[in-house]
Amino acid sequence: MSFAPYAAAAWLFVIGLYGVVSSQNLVRTVLNLSVVQSATYLVLLGVGYRHGAKAPIVADIPTNSRLVDPVTQVLVLTDIVIEATVIALLLALVVQAHNRFGSVDPADLRALRH
Amino acid sequence: MTHISSLPVVIPFLVAPLLVAFGTRAPRWLEDTAAMIVASSVLVICLLLAVRAGSRPFAYWMGGWRPEHGVAIGISLSIDPVGAGAAAFAALMVLAALTYSLRYFDAVGGLFHALMLLFGAGMVGFCLTGDLFDLVVFFELMSAVAYALTAYRIEERAPIQGAINFAITNSIGGYAMFVAVAMLYARTGALNMAQIGAALDGHHADPLVIVAMVLLLLGFLTKAAAVPLHFWLADAHAVAPVPVCVLFSGVMVELGIYAVARVYWTMFAQTLAPHVDPLRAILVAIGVVTGLLGALMCVLQRHIKRLLAFSTISHVGIFVCGVGLLSVKALAGVAVFIVGHGLVKAALFMVCGVLLHRFRTVDEYDLHGRGREVPVAGLIFLVGGVLLTAPPPFTQFQGKALLESASKDAGYWWLIVVFAVVSAATGGAVLRVAGRVFLGWGPSEGPDPQQARAAEERVDETRDERDHTPPLMLVVPAVLLALTAILGILPGAVPWAVRSAARFADHSAYAAWVLRGAAVSWPPVAPTHVEALDVIVGVLTVAGAVAVAGLGLFGRGLLARAPRSVRAQGRGAVLVLRGLHSGHIGDYIAWWTTGAGLLGGACLVALR
Amino acid sequence: MSRRVRLALFACAGPGLLAVLLLGLHGLPAFGDFHGVYGLLVDRIEPHVRHATDIVTGLNFDLRAFDTLGEEFILFASVSGVALLLRHLRDEDDEIERSRSLAEHRFAGASDSLRLMSLILIPLLVSLGVYLVLHGALTPGGGFQAGVVLAAGPLAILLAGRYLALKRVAPEWALEAVDSAGAAAYTLIGLGGLIFAGVYLKNFLPLGTSGHLLSAGMMPLNSIAVGLEVTGAFLLTWTEFLDQDVIVAREEL
Repeated sequence: MSFAPYAAAAWLFVIGLYGVVSSQNLVRTVLNLSVVQSATYLVLLGVGYRHGAKAPIVADIPTNSRLVDPVTQVLVLTDIVIEATVIALLLALVVQAHNRFGSVDPADLRALRH
Repeated sequence: MTHISSLPVVIPFLVAPLLVAFGTRAPRWLEDTAAMIVASSVLVICLLLAVRAGSRPFAYWMGGWRPEHGVAIGISLSIDPVGAGAAAFAALMVLAALTYSLRYFDAVGGLFHALMLLFGAGMVGFCLTGDLFDLVVFFELMSAVAYALTAYRIEERAPIQGAINFAITNSIGGYAMFVAVAMLYARTGALNMAQIGAALDGHHADPLVIVAMVLLLLGFLTKAAAVPLHFWLADAHAVAPVPVCVLFSGVMVELGIYAVARVYWTMFAQTLAPHVDPLRAILVAIGVVTGLLGALMCVLQRHIKRLLAFSTISHVGIFVCGVGLLSVKALAGVAVFIVGHGLVKAALFMVCGVLLHRFRTVDEYDLHGRGREVPVAGLIFLVGGVLLTAPPPFTQFQGKALLESASKDAGYWWLIVVFAVVSAATGGAVLRVAGRVFLGWGPSEGPDPQQARAAEERVDETRDERDHTPPLMLVVPAVLLALTAILGILPGAVPWAVRSAARFADHSAYAAWVLRGAAVSWPPVAPTHVEALDVIVGVLTVAGAVAVAGLGLFGRGLLARAPRSVRAQGRGAVLVLRGLHSGHIGDYIAWWTTGAGLLGGACLVALR
Repeated sequence: MSRRVRLALFACAGPGLLAVLLLGLHGLPAFGDFHGVYGLLVDRIEPHVRHATDIVTGLNFDLRAFDTLGEEFILFASVSGVALLLRHLRDEDDEIERSRSLAEHRFAGASDSLRLMSLILIPLLVSLGVYLVLHGALTPGGGFQAGVVLAAGPLAILLAGRYLALKRVAPEWALEAVDSAGAAAYTLIGLGGLIFAGVYLKNFLPLGTSGHLLSAGMMPLNSIAVGLEVTGAFLLTWTEFLDQDVIVAREEL
């Protein structure tokens, strides 16, 4: 039980990567990217968790109560903001790819070959 | 004096929103002026910080949150000479790129200046910070701005694909780093790098620490474009506007190398001390493969921007070897080499921009002989190509000499050969281009009709063909090349670099001056000097580059005389290699995963 | 590489990476029993030293405010990138003309009940958003969360079937202004710390009493700045994407 969140996180990371590799639709590729990112949320939040502790808001509980680690919460908040914005940028790129290439299949994007 | 520490990041953060909000309404000269003033002031402040850190490194605690009982609770800018120097270098390149863009773009919105300033702020913050999570945040800032800048030329199709590949690959690198931060935080309860290092000291490096380091390395090496995490770089360079490529190749990629060194020396140096040799071997292996692959792909290109991009990748191989040697002398060598390389590569890209500006193409064969109309540009390109081979006694050579000495010390004397081959190959490719484009030498038809497909992509950043090149576009690269020549031979420059590298690598003192503000003494440094062998190798490298260029220009008959089986095998290998760089994001991430698995496995096995 | 080769490569590499990750994560301390000294220190500092009862906000806008500054500008840069990418193919001049007929065509199906519900939602969302912003330092919330809620308010106008009204309520120049103002404001507040308290981002305003609205010094201000920026940024992103759907898709009709 105690390793489950971390095992799930590792699985999400790799399965998200698989999604990116195997996807034939750029929208799906970008969404798989957010699957990879959710692995990072799981690890961060799992690290900070304490059994029987409350959320780190002391407005209505005594200030010396047992609280969940607040630092990991802040890290996840930052992580979410970064994800949302980069996904937005990527989706805008995908929209433009559809407009310019006429397709969202990565295999149809052939403007770059070395 | 230390009060100005936050300003190199804050000033661009203040001005960029204004540029975005009023960009469409303000005249171009106002935006240009504002951007130039900001970039200059950031450069000046970073230089001041470098001088101050050179006498005594210091930590600037944001929000006034100083450590309590030796535990860091705020975010620090831990400013030492190498960090401040890297920040100053980044600021210099941003200034150079902005100056060049004054004349390069016909019309550009306020967004370009804002994004460039934010890019600079991200890079400066990345160099100055002493907090691991802050490092990741600024990494992401640098990256997000870079994605937007890559896709800047939205009239073309290719930038979209390039930006997508860039964004997806680098984001995954970023996610790996988040996991690493979580793991290190769980183990040490700290986010400040000095604190983490102090907490890891004295303990055995178990798989958690090793995997955390691997994940951090993956993130930074993705940014640095080490093989097999490198596929995005050529794509991005092919499509990004020239001033942006200047920043990518000149600074951004090198910051990945900086971060690898920073992370190793502040956090892992002591705990991994018993395993220095295997770690060294792994990093050097990555560097060698990157260098050789990059050099080979470089020589095979006919698209000049891609050629320069692969040249950057091959130099990254040298830098990874340098950092991977895990010694003070090698670190100093890499730092000096990076400065020299960045300036030269920037100048070369700027000349490429001149060609683009004038002739609307950067295909080597399409430009055959046309460069004779811009002889000054040709001269700069030629000098740049020679400087790229690290000839004595200039900056890159000084760095290379340090690296060669460090390689010998570590028992890796054969790296000298690798460095020479890489420098000769990439310098030779540039010289070949110079010969073909500016002197009209060599055949005007490509050897392979398949390659002609690459030339189909007409790039057009600045619309019509022109008959006049603004002098500024030639002055800036010339100044950069002059700097490359001068900086390395300034008396005291190399000793300053070695001393700063020693400060950078002084793991035990780092915790002292960051967490306790203690005054720390300079670690002892053995004097270095350039040996005759280094000079000989340097001269031979230049000669080798000339030979490579000559072969590329005039050697087709020679190559045709090789036995048929060799030619067929060579052609087959080249086809496979080029096929791998396919532009398909799935391929890139499959290779990323392979690299990640291999690096992780190697480290776990070798560093027990 | 062909698809088969690609998948085969990943089939070899993926499990390897999974094994590496699992081996590394295995060394984490037991789940649910974290003793990180940083978090424990912060739990004690924020309520007593800074009079903030929401410790996460205290970290976000005070202790680690520099991270939040960087994060804000990641948002700012990405949204600027989205605007850059999606604005290109539209002609600003006759945009309204074309969108008029299209908007009525595409969204005319909103029923009266949907419109009524949207009208009820909008003031609810806006007031919830304002509440969350102002109480950032006291209760769960803060600039980021509140910004998204505030941005959802005008978006409900779209649900009501009035795409054009959305464009009039939230025109692009206003959204960009709000976005930029928020980003610049946060930077300026930090400068206030530098000028009045000697260190950038130092909390220089009176700390007030814990639990009251005007407490925790500059944190409510930071919260407002971030709220402004996130509202502007998200609305800008959503309207840019919607414009693509409504206006650029005209070729399909």
